[in-house]
Amino acid sequence: MEKKEFHVIADTGIHARPATLLVQSASKFNSEVTLQYQDKSVNLKSIMGVMSLGVGKDADVTISAEGADEADAIAALADTMKKEGLSE
Amino acid sequence: MAEKVLKGIAASDGIAIAKAYMLVDPDLSFEKTTVSDTDAEIQRLHDAFDASKAELQVIKDKAVENLGAEEAEVFEAHITILSDPEMLGQIEGKIKDDKVNAEEALKEVTDTFISMFEAMTDNAYMQERAGDIRDVTKRVLSHLLGVTLPSPALIDSQVIVVAHDLTPSDTAQLDRKFVKGFITDIGGRTSHSAIMSRTLEIPAVVGSETATADIKEGTTVILDGINGEALVAPTDAEISDYQQKAKDFAAQKAEWEKLRNEATVSKDGKHFELASNIGTPDDMDGVLDAGSEAVGLFRSEFLYMNSAELPDEDTQFEAYKKVVEGMKGKPVIVRTMDIGGDKHLPYLPLPDEMNPFLGYRAIRISLDRDDIFRTQLRALLRASHYGQLRIMFPMIATLDEFRQAKGIFEEEKAKLVAAGTPVADDIKLGIMIEIPAAAILADQFAKEVDFFSIGTNDLIQYSFAADRGNERVSYLYQPYNPSLLRLIKHVIDAAHANGRIAGMCGEVAGDQVAVPLLMGLGLDEFSMSSTSVLKTRSLMKTIDTTEMAKLADKALNDCVTNEEVKELVEKNVFGK
Repeated sequence: MEKKEFHVIADTGIHARPATLLVQSASKFNSEVTLQYQDKSVNLKSIMGVMSLGVGKDADVTISAEGADEADAIAALADTMKKEGLSE
Repeated sequence: MAEKVLKGIAASDGIAIAKAYMLVDPDLSFEKTTVSDTDAEIQRLHDAFDASKAELQVIKDKAVENLGAEEAEVFEAHITILSDPEMLGQIEGKIKDDKVNAEEALKEVTDTFISMFEAMTDNAYMQERAGDIRDVTKRVLSHLLGVTLPSPALIDSQVIVVAHDLTPSDTAQLDRKFVKGFITDIGGRTSHSAIMSRTLEIPAVVGSETATADIKEGTTVILDGINGEALVAPTDAEISDYQQKAKDFAAQKAEWEKLRNEATVSKDGKHFELASNIGTPDDMDGVLDAGSEAVGLFRSEFLYMNSAELPDEDTQFEAYKKVVEGMKGKPVIVRTMDIGGDKHLPYLPLPDEMNPFLGYRAIRISLDRDDIFRTQLRALLRASHYGQLRIMFPMIATLDEFRQAKGIFEEEKAKLVAAGTPVADDIKLGIMIEIPAAAILADQFAKEVDFFSIGTNDLIQYSFAADRGNERVSYLYQPYNPSLLRLIKHVIDAAHANGRIAGMCGEVAGDQVAVPLLMGLGLDEFSMSSTSVLKTRSLMKTIDTTEMAKLADKALNDCVTNEEVKELVEKNVFGK
């Protein structure tokens, strides 16, 4: 399993367009991808799941992936997080 | 003879002849049933999801092409929801475990998500997503039930849209190239759909009551936005008759166009200021096209309503500056935030009230939440440097309210000046006259207030104690009633006695019966939809103000009812 921690810097948290792009990016991989925030974790391929977490600014979240393409998945998601201004 | 002639309210000038496009939700009701072959039911669900996704992809591509990437984004969001494995998994689980039909399983699962998102009252974005889930559910349900959902974004031939009502999201999807006009069951001259039709400059009839019941998909309709009528399945003779009328109307419009760069002067040489009402900086094209002499009302609400949070100072500043600069030194009157009543902000929850129009709204909110008010005033003050900006406070009832608002304005102005920010030093501060208490005390207000702008929609609503959105009491919308005219005369006289300007920015300011009377009463400034400006300028050129002063005197003192005044003007001015 691969995992990576992120500190959310976007004012609106993980919402709106960036959330959609994150989900779309996760959906490209076969691995199971989860987003963990506080004590809850959701399927990162589920827009409803991601939105229901209500991740706001300054939240610390962990993204993990498990499967054949887990390393690629984490790399791609880290890229999206950065490109969409969600984290540094 | 046409199959049927529908009567409604003429919301936007012009004539259109085209086939009807029914923008009406089909019946999506279903029964909850038990299924034995759950695998087959799950397959049915998948098929409906796939069909919905394929359909949304087409709609999205079309929307990008016709309306732009931004308007199309909502469909991308819908596709993402349909691709959600968790949601699909939960629905499948319900079908398997509870042995219910796909329709029921879909509804139960999506309802849970909808209520979850709707419960996040502190988050406008999530609340909007609840609407998205609802839209997506409707689409999947339509495929399960084998019925077709109308998709305005897919319209690709000339049509007249027929709807119960048009929501802002409906109108955002309408392509002007193809939508030649629309007719609705409900609404009045000031409803969202009516205002949109004038902005889009397409003919419209609203409040027909039975359009969706009396018109069938594909039927030819003649829409007469001048007289507020629609002919359903007209004869060839009627069609050629209306084609002629459409030509005459176009010729008439071309005549009006010639007045674009002319001053607004009455027959006896008196000048009046003709201005436009606008909602967003995008409306400036219409203002310049109409040759308006000012922006008499810039409703600042759009900044608050088209946003997921309170608009910051810079965002507001840019919007005001754009309009002020666009007018190149001509006056721009910005009305401060008029929220409440029928206008709500998802991120600024207001308590439910028994009488929202008599409750916490407009300046009452601004004075209570002065943090919001100060941000707006600072943005306005900064924009004042770029042209001639005036500020107007809505819903003022007492002089105290005006003094308080002015006090806050002066404080913010002093701060900006101290910080070295350029600010115009002669910003005029005015009030809307829409509450009878302020109208009656106009003589006292005029000593302190730089200008008045009479807001007739609310002034009529409050004078006649008749909710303007309630169709059952719509007969009390009486713009020519002598009682209202006397109130208006009092306001104009009070302004003039103190050297102030009296304007009007409600629907009545562009009303062809009211305009001659208002000229007779000496109203200085008339502000209306840009599309009415040239027509009104043309009318004003034929009017003699001395004669109208006499006619107004008759209307105020000899007439007793709204109808009598209307007849008096029609007979004496229009020779009817």
